[in-house]
Amino acid sequence: MEVTNTQYKRCDVVAAEGRIDSYTAPKLAEAMESITDSGRYKIVFDMEGVEYMSSAGLRVLINTQKTCKRYNRGEVVLARVPQRVYEALDLAGFVPLFKFFDDITAAVGHF
Amino acid sequence: MTQQFSEESSVRSIDFEANFESLSPLREFVGQAARDCGLNPKAVYAVQMAVDEGFTNIIEHAYGGECREPIRCTCEINRDKLTIILQDCGQPFKPEEVPNPDLEASLQERKAGGLGLFFMRQLMDEVSFTFALEDEKEGGCNVLTMVKRKEGNS
Repeated sequence: MEVTNTQYKRCDVVAAEGRIDSYTAPKLAEAMESITDSGRYKIVFDMEGVEYMSSAGLRVLINTQKTCKRYNRGEVVLARVPQRVYEALDLAGFVPLFKFFDDITAAVGHF
Repeated sequence: MTQQFSEESSVRSIDFEANFESLSPLREFVGQAARDCGLNPKAVYAVQMAVDEGFTNIIEHAYGGECREPIRCTCEINRDKLTIILQDCGQPFKPEEVPNPDLEASLQERKAGGLGLFFMRQLMDEVSFTFALEDEKEGGCNVLTMVKRKEGNS
């Protein structure tokens, strides 16, 4: 799995490519933490390239959302979520906890 | 890899090391078995995810973290179903002690973990745990058996 982060004025866009499981999730957590640790709490997570995600990835998403939403500082929104990944989010009851966007421009525009 | 064929079923099994690096080849292995069984792509994904969650739980709970101990994965392909068995010789696992995740909890109250077992039960048609005591001194093994049936294929 590869993670890239692009910092914009309004928010950060994090894009992941490949498979997110217990082996690779720490790398995603690290990328998210480096953003929140530097005081930025508005994150678009672009999931178009995510082929697979286990509960290890869901754990990273929920933890990042908790950090971002605390004290109303910001939030993580999810963009271009593949169907199978969406189904896992739905199964876990995560859908009400995130906003979903079909394209990056709309997601960035949310902030 | 060992493989056996008979008229009704084919059985193949591999020992994986109990570390997270094994997850990728493990998913390939069960994914191939699921395709060979004739499961549809959604069911193949479900099997891969359930086995990933089961394997991760074994590392985290039965072995208390990554190690070099083996976890055996056996796939049994039948005409109407795929059976996956994961065996480890770590601490006995007690599924009844794992609470169900609260899917309605607010964000800040939502637990980050505890979803693995829930996913396994949602994604597979049958999930069962047994502890096979081999020897009083040597201890025993956890046997996790999961079944995905072809009919319905949801």
